[in-house]
Parts: sequence; structure tokens; C-alpha cells
Amino acid sequence: MPVFEAVRMALRTIAAQKLKSFFSLIGVLIGVTFLIAVVSIVQGMNVYMEDQFANRLIGLNTFTLRRQPGINTGNVTEETWRAWQRRPRISYDDADYVAERLHTPALIARYCADRMTLNYNGKVAKDIDLQGTEPSYFEIKNIGIASGRIFTPQEVRVGAPVLVLGSEIGEKLFEGLDPLGKEVTIRGLPYRVIGVAERRGTLFGISLDKFAVMPFRAPARRHICPLNILDELQIKAPNPDLMLTAMAETEALMRTRRGLKPSEENNFDLQNASGALEGWKKISTVLFTALPGLVAISLVVGGIVIMNIMLMAVAERTREIGIRKALGAKRRDILAQFIIESATLSTVGAALGIGTGIGLAFLVRALTPLPAAVAPWSIGLAVALGVLVGMVAGVYPASRASKLDPITALRAE
Amino acid sequence: MSDRVIHVEELAREYLMGAERVQALRGLTLTIRRNEYVAIMGPSGSGKSTFMNLMGCLDTPSGGSYWLNGQEVSRLTDDALARVRNKEIGFVFQTFNLLPRATALHNVELPLVYAGTSARERRQRAEEALTRVGLENRMHHRPNELSGGQRQRVAIARALVNRPSLLLADEPTGNLDSTTSEEIMRVFAELHRQGQTIVVVTHEPSIAAHAERVVVLRDGRLDSDTRNTQVAA
Repeated sequence: MPVFEAVRMALRTIAAQKLKSFFSLIGVLIGVTFLIAVVSIVQGMNVYMEDQFANRLIGLNTFTLRRQPGINTGNVTEETWRAWQRRPRISYDDADYVAERLHTPALIARYCADRMTLNYNGKVAKDIDLQGTEPSYFEIKNIGIASGRIFTPQEVRVGAPVLVLGSEIGEKLFEGLDPLGKEVTIRGLPYRVIGVAERRGTLFGISLDKFAVMPFRAPARRHICPLNILDELQIKAPNPDLMLTAMAETEALMRTRRGLKPSEENNFDLQNASGALEGWKKISTVLFTALPGLVAISLVVGGIVIMNIMLMAVAERTREIGIRKALGAKRRDILAQFIIESATLSTVGAALGIGTGIGLAFLVRALTPLPAAVAPWSIGLAVALGVLVGMVAGVYPASRASKLDPITALRAE
Repeated sequence: MSDRVIHVEELAREYLMGAERVQALRGLTLTIRRNEYVAIMGPSGSGKSTFMNLMGCLDTPSGGSYWLNGQEVSRLTDDALARVRNKEIGFVFQTFNLLPRATALHNVELPLVYAGTSARERRQRAEEALTRVGLENRMHHRPNELSGGQRQRVAIARALVNRPSLLLADEPTGNLDSTTSEEIMRVFAELHRQGQTIVVVTHEPSIAAHAERVVVLRDGRLDSDTRNTQVAA
């Protein structure tokens, strides 16, 4: 019995009874849809979290030295939180200490930020992320300048009242006017706009362009950080390996500076992009653990439905089986025919499921910022599962068919 | 010996119908030689259907022996019987027994599929067989697009395609009108003239009249075995 003929016959049966076939295939279809869609979405989410979330918030090959983790994607207990609050903060002297002793080549930016209100000529921009830092910050965060310039180390040293604005604020406060050279006030103090940053887009629908950067010693620093205190020290290495070296070095330097005994835990936090993703990795692990269960349940149900359809097919086609036997079909020919037919049926279900799964993934990509991408391995797996489920579901009906007595089968209506 | 297509000795077949033993065939001895055209007759319950199933290797006897072309087939396994049915026997049934969803060509190819013939040879031989029964213009029709007589010709083509040593027909005209019946019987006569061994099981004397030898069964035994002096045209 050639495989091709059995496949063609199965396809003809499906085409002849479209609705019935659809219902019989829906279990496999849903299972495979789940598989494709969840894998694509979770993988898309992974890419998004790594490329966008972690790397844009923290920066590529960058880590931060902070009192406590800046980005938490997992759950933090009340107790942990309170313990973090009791830690000493990062001082200017801490930053100088690390910056002077770090051997690994790295860019370092002292950094402090808080929400502030900016005024210009009667217009108000509220909730602006006012960041006090150094010129290296622009390179660490990969913030380009659309017009004007960034501030100089001299301006940082003297605490010059200058600002580089995020693109959204520039548009909001100046409405088409060139913001360069304009004077903006923060809590009554005048600041001159010397540059406007390039657009950075959104992250989870939140604008990344509502910020203003100033030298960290500028007068408004007292509104965003206590005296001589920093929120964090950002350190960027040229590559991932050197980043890990620099992290280890910074950890050792800080422990020495804080006089921690080997038994004591760090009373500061070092976080890089992969550290920030720990919580998300837990979530995606849970999803990937639950996925086989969901898929398996649908496939088992789908397999049972197909088995029933095949049992019905065997009953309906008893006469055909008799004819085939009379013409010389052996048991294994009949067995193979019905198993192949069942596998074809189920594979068609899987193919439809792959279609809907890809459709769902594209829908997610179109409607959300997630770059949901279909993983080729998930398609391969889906096809393999489709064939397998069909074959397993076909064994019992096919074995019943193959054992039919030719005389009785020929007499069947 | 070599020209004996069928030789049965003391062939018996018992069935269990519930608790009751039914003896459908009670020791039949018969020989059919190459190129014979034999009609098997008998009233219902005479055992002719049972004999037909045994001759066709669809069933195995409970007693006695059956040699088909000198090979004892009475004790073969299922798969071995399937092979014998495929190579040695061509069936023609009362109800045609064509696959309804397959074309005439495909129906005729079916025995070759199970014989493991290559697709190209299959097609060529099926086309030849259909041409032989005059259906060269109906190869791609499905059974429901064909008349009763045409369907039976497809069945005959299918029976002949593997060049069997025995053409076994079970009431081949039972579902056909008298004109068509005559047409089919002419096909049989022509095949016989070409050297085909034919056994027709029937209860109609007019059909049996086409055969050169008539075997009548009664109560599972041989009742009479006569030669037709005048074979109907």
C-alpha cells in the first residue's frame, strides 16, 4: 500500500466532509495553536526583554552600583525592602573611590534622578525625569543628540545650569520653536537648553522621551538627591566579559571600602541587564513548563476524537476493507492504510494549528510592542506531534480494520 | 496434474451458529481443469456460497484438502491466502464491489497495488485490462458515472489485471437486466475462448447455460456434474 495513495485518500475524505473533519481536527488544531503562539510570544517577549527592556533601561554591557536593585521583575518582600532601606547610600566619595581604582577600562557615570516640573514661558511640563549625571552617560545609554550639544566635563565640575531635553519635552514646551538657547526654570531656577536628544520611542507603551539631563552638580541636584549622595554609578565595559570583570572588581572595591567581613553580605547592589531579567526568566520558565501540559491535554483530546472518527470510518467502510482483502490486501496493508489516514487527518489539523498559531503571533506583533517571532523549531515540533498523535490514535481502529473477516466484510452494507 | 486449476478432496466446512453445528459442505470432491468454463449451481443452503468462498481463498476448510494450481492452500495463513487471492484469483461479484470514490482505472489498479507493481506498470496494465473489456473511454469515470453493465466490466477488468489462473464470478448478472446480462456473458465467453479458466456460481439456469460444464450442489454434496452439449451463445 503506497503511502502517497493513503494520504491522498485521507485528504479526499477531509475535503468531502469539511465541517465534520474540522470538528474532528479541532483538538489537534488547538493544541498546536497553543504551542506555536505561546512559543512565539514568549520568545518574542524574551527578545523584547533583553533588547529593549534591560538593555535600554540599564544599557548594553553596563551595570549599576546602587544601594538596592533599580529594576525588580520578581516579587520583593516587605522585609527585604526594609533591609535595603537600612543600607548606606552611595556617596560621591564611594563613586570617586571606585572610579579611581577600577582597572578594567570602562565608562563611568555618576547618576541621580527624580521627577520634576519644568516651566517655560507659562507652559508647564510635569513629571519629567530630571537626571543629574556626566557626559559619559549619553554614551552609556546610547542617547543621540538631535540638535545642540551635550554638556562638558567643565560644566559638570562647576555645576553649570544647562539642560539636554528629551525630544517629547522639547516639542511640548516650545511648540515648534527651537528650544536651543531658551531658558527653562526648575523650582524657580533658570536653566539654559543646550541640546535636544534624539527620539527614543516607547517601552511597554511608556514614553522614553520625557526626560531632561543636567550636570549632576547643577543647582537643582538638591531637589533630586541628598547632599553628596548618588542614586547610582553606571559603569559600561567594552564587552560582556570585561563587564563581568569590572563587576567583580567593583564588588571587591566596595566591600573593602565598606569594610565588610567575608561572612557579611554586600550592603550595596550590582545589577546588569541579565540580573534585571531574573524575574522575567522565572515567568518564562513557568510558561515553558506549563506549555507541554496544555499542549499535551489538547493533543490527547484531539487524539481521542480522531480515534473515534477513525473507528466510525472503519465501520462505514467495512465493505471497502472486504473488497481490498479479496483483492489481496494483507493485514499490514489495511493497518498501514488506516494509520496513514489517521496521521494525515491529524497532520492537517496540526497544519491548520500552525496557521492559526502564526496568525496569532503576527496579531500580537501588530497590536503590541512585542516582536513575537515564530520559532522554526516549534513548527517542526508541531508537525511531528501531529503525525505522532494521528499514528497513535490510528493504531486501534486500524488494527480492528485489519482483523475483519473478508467474507463478513464483503457482505456488509 | 499440471492442468488441474482446482482440485478438492473431501472438502468440508462446518460453522457454529450459536450452539448449533451447521455443516455447509460435507465432503466435496471435484476437479476443474485449465480453460474449463464451469457453472456451480444449487438452491440456497446447498453450500455453493461456502464452496465459492473456499475456492476464492476467503475462507479455510474445516476438513479435506484444496489444491490450487497444485499448491495446497487449505492450511495457509491469512497473509499467504491474501497473496494467493492477489495472484491466482480474480473475483467478479454480484454487487460489483468497486470502490465508489475511485475511478475505473484506479479500481482496476488496486490488485496491482497490493502485488507491489510499480506505478507506471500498474497504469499501463490497468489501461490494457479496461481496453480488453471495451471501456477504454471510461477509464476516468467513477462507478456512479457508469451503467451497471459498465461497472461489471470494470470489475472483470480488475479481476483479470493480475492475470489470475481462475476467474471466479458470484452471480455476476444478479444485479443486471437481461440485455446487459447477455452482454456480460459474451465477455465471459470471449475470455474463455482466449483460454481463461472461469467458474461462475449462479442459481439461474440461463446463465449456467453459457458454461460448458454444470456442477450442481445439494445439501453440501455433489448432486450432478454434467457437460452442456449445447452451450448458449
